[in-house]
Amino acid sequence: MAVVAYVRNALGPILPPPLARRGAIGWLRANLFSSRWSTAVTLLIAAFCLWTLPDLIAWATTRAVWRAPDGALCRAHQDGACWAFVADKLNYFRYGSYPQAERWRVDVVEGVGAVLIVWLLWPRAPRRGFGAVLFFVVYPIVGFVLLRGAEIFHLPLVDTQLWGGVFVSLLTALVGIVFSLPLGVLLALGRRSRLPIVKAASVVFIEGVRGVPFIAVLYMAENMLPLFLPPGWIPDRFIPPLVGAALFAAAYLAEEVRGGLQALPRGQYEGARALGFGYWRVMGLVILPQALTLVIPGVVNNFIGLFKDTTLVASVGMVDFLAAIDNGLKDAAWSGPTLLTTGYAFAALFYFVFCYAMSRYSAAVERRLALGRRQ
Amino acid sequence: MASDPIIEFIDVHKWYGAFHVLRAINLTVGRGERIVVCGPSGSGKSTLIRCVNRLEEHQRGVIRVDGVELTRDLKSVDEVRREVGMVFQQFNLFPHLTVLENCALAPIWVRKTPKREAEELAMKLLARVKIPEQARKYPGQLSGGQQQRVAIARALCMNPKIMLFDEPTSALDPEMVKEVLDAMAELANEGMTMVVVTHEMGFARNVADRVAFMDQGEIVEINAPAEFFAHPQHERTKAFLSQILR
Repeated sequence: MAVVAYVRNALGPILPPPLARRGAIGWLRANLFSSRWSTAVTLLIAAFCLWTLPDLIAWATTRAVWRAPDGALCRAHQDGACWAFVADKLNYFRYGSYPQAERWRVDVVEGVGAVLIVWLLWPRAPRRGFGAVLFFVVYPIVGFVLLRGAEIFHLPLVDTQLWGGVFVSLLTALVGIVFSLPLGVLLALGRRSRLPIVKAASVVFIEGVRGVPFIAVLYMAENMLPLFLPPGWIPDRFIPPLVGAALFAAAYLAEEVRGGLQALPRGQYEGARALGFGYWRVMGLVILPQALTLVIPGVVNNFIGLFKDTTLVASVGMVDFLAAIDNGLKDAAWSGPTLLTTGYAFAALFYFVFCYAMSRYSAAVERRLALGRRQ
Repeated sequence: MASDPIIEFIDVHKWYGAFHVLRAINLTVGRGERIVVCGPSGSGKSTLIRCVNRLEEHQRGVIRVDGVELTRDLKSVDEVRREVGMVFQQFNLFPHLTVLENCALAPIWVRKTPKREAEELAMKLLARVKIPEQARKYPGQLSGGQQQRVAIARALCMNPKIMLFDEPTSALDPEMVKEVLDAMAELANEGMTMVVVTHEMGFARNVADRVAFMDQGEIVEINAPAEFFAHPQHERTKAFLSQILR
């Protein structure tokens, strides 16, 4: 009988994977062409893109009218976007009817806000605690004074009726996001509380606000807030819509956070209690850091929705970004068939940039937090 | 040792709804004494030790820990929890903090120790359980045996008078059980009062001062290990031991 050796007595060579399975070809094969069905869908989508995209890109770029004093050129070139309209009205879209001489104040508030936000969101930034105090305490007061005006500082008053455009949208979204987060967390904790009154109050608030459309919340805030608060407590007509936005977002956020609280194993709570931590320390040091990390996708989802919902403040008289575009569209000098599309395409682009930035940031935060908890 | 009681259970009863989980528990643990509690599952052993730091509430009877009676009063409960350390079957480490932060958290926030001191203490205790090199890692990056030793170090950082162990090795792979039991034996040698719920009879024989057998909510028998294993007195104890010591 022949001797058959079936046990190696030395290590085999280490080989690279086959060419068709690595690099770009490997990726294409695994993701786009992995099965017959997948290949068919890929080809279908590719065909659809080839059919629609070149035309769309041409409409927005090569065939568009970039510079013009009025709508005549746009009316002549009806197969392209009328970006000249956007260029002409850009200042109105940014500031609304804010007096021209005072627009630097809006720029300052926007610039400082951007710096503070980047400081707070940058993972390795130094002294973020100090930045947080600046952002949550100093900035709102300073920002409000600058935007509204105050005689003492020789800043002429600018009534909120004149405010409009991008900065109103950003302001509403920012106030809504910043104030809804702590309120939402408190509501979530309240709903899970064993104290009956706290729990009942939280449930009533959450279900009441969730059962009502955002626009109704804004109307209620507009009409009922003056009834609840003594006269003179509402220094500005902009306050009710801001309050409404914050309360609305808080109710939705509360349910998101509650989902995260429920997802944590009970052992985390017990482990912390066994060490002698009281309720608020358990929540603040152990439970909430983990729960909030879990619900980042849902919470950022809420914020992205809120950012776009801020357009509804137009129904209570504030001129937000979309309302500013609507107003601009009414200008007779620019009227033409491409105007509407161009205006709303520009609005879509604006919202997309901000919302995409938010979702990319949240993905980066999730990745960074997952590294630390790699199992 | 029985003359200096640190844990006293006096006619303690507990119900989960209608289920009578602890029946007429009378137990006194002396300072520096090591008690091992064993018994079949569902006998109430975990519930018993969780009553010591009020993770479970008893409905009748008196439980006193180091002279403080456990009642609804939250302040006394927090006081007791500072002096009683607990190690869980599922480790219950905080995954979002490093090992060092896990250990130093309680001294910093509960005992108000300055951060540097707390971290030094944590490093010292991690060295004592023989894993100082893991200080900067996250719990998810450690093996089960290492995680449980971190849990022991974390409990020790509060300088407790009593250590409770709720089946500390039941969730571990067999090759890691020894390292955790060794850490616990060392702790016992240094005179810590310990109440341990475990199925590790070797540990009970070598380390315990007394072994208690619980069944259906009652402490059926409690005796020094030599007597307990050689001459069990009740039928139920004999039946249980014949299953465990095969």
